[in-house]
Amino acid sequence: MSAAQVDRLQFRDPARARGLLDRLRALTAHRVDRPVTLMHVCGTHEQAIARFGLRSVLPPGLDLVMGPGCPVCVTSAAEIDAAVDLTRRGVRVATYGDMIRVPGTTLSLADAQTEGGRVELVYGVDQAVELARAEPETPMVFFATGFETTAVTTAAALLAGPPDNFFVYSAHKYVPPAMEVVAAMPDTRVEGFLAAGHAATITGFELFEPMAKAWGKPIVIMGFEPLDILAALVRAVELVVSGTPTVENLFPRCVTGPGNGRALDALWQVFELTRGHWRGIADLDAADLDLRAEFARWDARVRFDLPRQLGDGTAHAACPVCPPQQRCGDILVGNARPDDCPLFGKACTPDSPVGASMVSSEGMCRIWFQYGGRPELGP
Amino acid sequence: MSDDRIKMAHGAGGSLMRDLIGDVFVRGGGDDPDVVGPEAMEDGGAVRVGDRWLVTTADAHVVAPAFFPGGDIGRLAVCGTVNDLAMMGATAPLGLTITVVVEEGYGRDELRRIQASIDAACAEAGTRVLAGDTKVMGKGEVDGVVLSSAGFGFADRLVRDRGMRPGDRVIVSGSIGDHGLAVMSARHELGLGDQLRSDVAPLNGLVARVLEAVGADLVGLKDATRGGVSAVLHELADKNGAGVVLDDVALPISDAARAAGELLGVDPLVVANEGKAVLIVRPGAVDAALGALRAHPLGRDAACVGEVIADHAGRVIVDTGFGRRLLAEPRGEPLPRIC
Amino acid sequence: MCLGVPGKVVSVDGFIAQVDFWGVTRQVRLELCDADVEVGDYVLNHVGYAIRRIPPEEVEETLALYDELLEAAAKGDGVDLLAADMRGELDATGGGGS
Repeated sequence: MSAAQVDRLQFRDPARARGLLDRLRALTAHRVDRPVTLMHVCGTHEQAIARFGLRSVLPPGLDLVMGPGCPVCVTSAAEIDAAVDLTRRGVRVATYGDMIRVPGTTLSLADAQTEGGRVELVYGVDQAVELARAEPETPMVFFATGFETTAVTTAAALLAGPPDNFFVYSAHKYVPPAMEVVAAMPDTRVEGFLAAGHAATITGFELFEPMAKAWGKPIVIMGFEPLDILAALVRAVELVVSGTPTVENLFPRCVTGPGNGRALDALWQVFELTRGHWRGIADLDAADLDLRAEFARWDARVRFDLPRQLGDGTAHAACPVCPPQQRCGDILVGNARPDDCPLFGKACTPDSPVGASMVSSEGMCRIWFQYGGRPELGP
Repeated sequence: MSDDRIKMAHGAGGSLMRDLIGDVFVRGGGDDPDVVGPEAMEDGGAVRVGDRWLVTTADAHVVAPAFFPGGDIGRLAVCGTVNDLAMMGATAPLGLTITVVVEEGYGRDELRRIQASIDAACAEAGTRVLAGDTKVMGKGEVDGVVLSSAGFGFADRLVRDRGMRPGDRVIVSGSIGDHGLAVMSARHELGLGDQLRSDVAPLNGLVARVLEAVGADLVGLKDATRGGVSAVLHELADKNGAGVVLDDVALPISDAARAAGELLGVDPLVVANEGKAVLIVRPGAVDAALGALRAHPLGRDAACVGEVIADHAGRVIVDTGFGRRLLAEPRGEPLPRIC
Repeated sequence: MCLGVPGKVVSVDGFIAQVDFWGVTRQVRLELCDADVEVGDYVLNHVGYAIRRIPPEEVEETLALYDELLEAAAKGDGVDLLAADMRGELDATGGGGS
C-alpha cells in the first residue's frame, strides 16, 4: 500500500471516524452542561476541522476551541507597516500568500502593491532567494512569518549563504510561550491542549512534558487528517476525565520525543528568542524569533533600521485598529467564540475585516465565517 | 476602511461582483417577455426572433501569464465566449468578434501565437471570427495584452437558471479546479511542473449532446469559471431560493489539481474552470444526462455530485463523509497559503 | 499553522529532491530533513523543505494506535474514566482549586 492510499483512505476512513466519535460521545455524555474544553493552537488544525466538517459531528459535551495558533493573525500591525514602508523605499518585498492581504495600521502589502510597490508572493524562502539573485541590484526583503516549523526553513536559507541583496525581516514566532499565556490565565476554561503536529515535528514532544506537569493539564500531539484529529480528541478527553496531566504523542509518524535535530540546530544557530508583540494578545517574553547578531548582514531590521516595536502590553489597546468592543484577544486565547463578538459577521467580514483573525485564511473568525462554525446542517 | 473604490475582489466572481453589477450597471428592465437582458444576470442575453432566440454574450479576458500550461489568452477568449452562448442553449455559435488591446512594446510573435490559437479554438468549436478591432496603448497603460470578445447564435429553447427545485440533481461535466490552479502555479512560479494543466475547452458540442438527451429536464446550466463550482452553486441557490448539498467524495478532481490544492492550501471548489459546466437536472434524467456527457471526450469524468434541497436557501453544504460544512462563497481571488 | 504535505521522493541530487505528491512533482530541499533520504522514501514537505522522513512502519503504528482507541471504546472503558472524573470533581468541590 502506498502512503498516498494510507493517507487518503485510511486516515480518512469514515467508518473508523464514526467509531471514534461514538467513543467521544460516551466519554463526554456526563459533561453536556459543562463541556470538556480542549484547545488546539494551530490554524491548520482549524482548517482541517472545518474542511472535513468535524465540528458538525462533535458531541455537545466537548468544546474544541482554537488558541493563538495563527502566526499571520498575531503578526503585529507595526511589522506590516514596516514592510509596507519598505516597498515605498524601492525595496522588493517577498512573503507568503497568507500575509499579503493582512492590514497593518492602514495598508496591507496588497494595498502597497496597488500603490506601485513591488510585492512578490512566494511558496517558500528559497523562491525569494532566487528572485533576489535574478535582480542583484535591487534589495529584496523576505517578510518571514510563521512559527518554528517555517522559521527553520528561513534559517536553512540563511545558512546556505544567500546573495548580498537578500534580507530577512523576521516576524517568526515561537509557539510554547503562547500556550503558556493561555494556561496561566486565571479564568481559563481550557482543560487540555492539542499541540500542533507539524511544529512538534521540529521541536519534539518532550518539550511539552514540563508544561503538562506545571499546568496540571494533558497535552496531546495531534496530526491533521480526520482520524488523526478524532483519535487525538478521544485521547485528550480520556486524559482530562481521568485527571492525567501527561503528554501523549498521537502523531508518531511525524513526531518524535527529541524532535528534528538537524532542524533545531539550524533554528538556534540562526535565531534567538526575544520579547515581541502578539497582535490582539500582548507583549510576550521569549516568544519572537530574532536573527542572531552573526546574521546581522542579512537582517532587514538592521540594514533598514527598523527597530522591533512593542505594544503597551494590554490586549485591546495594543492593537491600533481594534475598536474597544472587539474581542479578538479573547477569541485568540479561546475565552470567546467568534460569534460572541458583536462585530463578527456584521462590521467585521472577510470583505472588510476589522480584526486580524478575520483577515487570515487560517484566522478563527475567517474560518467560522466561511464554514459556519458549528451550524445545524444535519439532514 | 470600506470606501467606494473598486477593489480587485470586485472582479473575482462571487457576491462582491454581483453586488457591484446590481448596484451600478443593471437598473430596472426585465419586463419584456421577448428579451433576456442584463438584469437577469445570466451568462448571456437574448431576444426572441420568430420562434427562436438570438443569444449574445460579451466577455473581456485578462490573464497573467497570457500563456499558461494547457492554453493561452486566445483560446480562453474563444472558449469563454462559446461557452457562455452554450450555457444559454445556443450550441452552434454563428460568429464571434474579438478586440485586441495591446501594450506598446509587445511582441509580434506573441500576437501571432495568440491568433493561431484563436483560429484553432474556433475550428474546434465550429465557429469563426467575423470582425475585430486592434488598439495599442502606451507602455504601462495596460498589462501586455487584453482581449475582448462577443458572440452570437440561435437557441431553439433557452436554458434559464431559475428552474431549479428541491430534489433536482447537480452534475459537473468533469474534473474541477484545473484551470485556476494551473494559472496560479504559473503566475507565481510555484514550480509544480507541467502535470497541472488548464481545462480550457469549448463546451458547445458537449452541451448539444445533453440537450438532445434530456431536453427540458435540464433546468440549470452554468460554466464554472471565476469562483469555481462554489460561485456557480451559490448563485443558483440564491436565485432559486433553495439549498444545495454536495457530496465531497463524488467530486471529480484530477490527481494534479488535488495534489496542487493540498500543497497550496486551496480548495478546488473555489477556483476557476474554463471547460467545465455545472448542470441541474430533474432526478429522472440523471442517467441520461451522465450517459450523454460521458460519451463525449470532454465529459468522460462527468459525475452527479449533489442534490437541491428546500432548506438552507442560498447556501451550499458539503457532506464530507465525516460531517457537514458550509461551503464558502468565494471572495477575491484565492491565494496559496502556508498555514 | 503549518501546512505539511507528504510526498514520495523520485530523485535526489545533493540537497535537492524531486518529490511526487501523487499528482504534481515539486522540488523539495533536504537540508532540514531529520534523516538521509533515498529514492522511494516518504517525506513531509513544508514550504519546499522536507522536515521529516516518514518511515512506512510508523504509518502502520499510527493506525494500530487508533485501532487501540477503538477497541477501548468497544470494551466500554469509558465507565471507569467517568467515575474517575466524578471523583475528581468531588475532590475539587471539597478541596477547592484545580
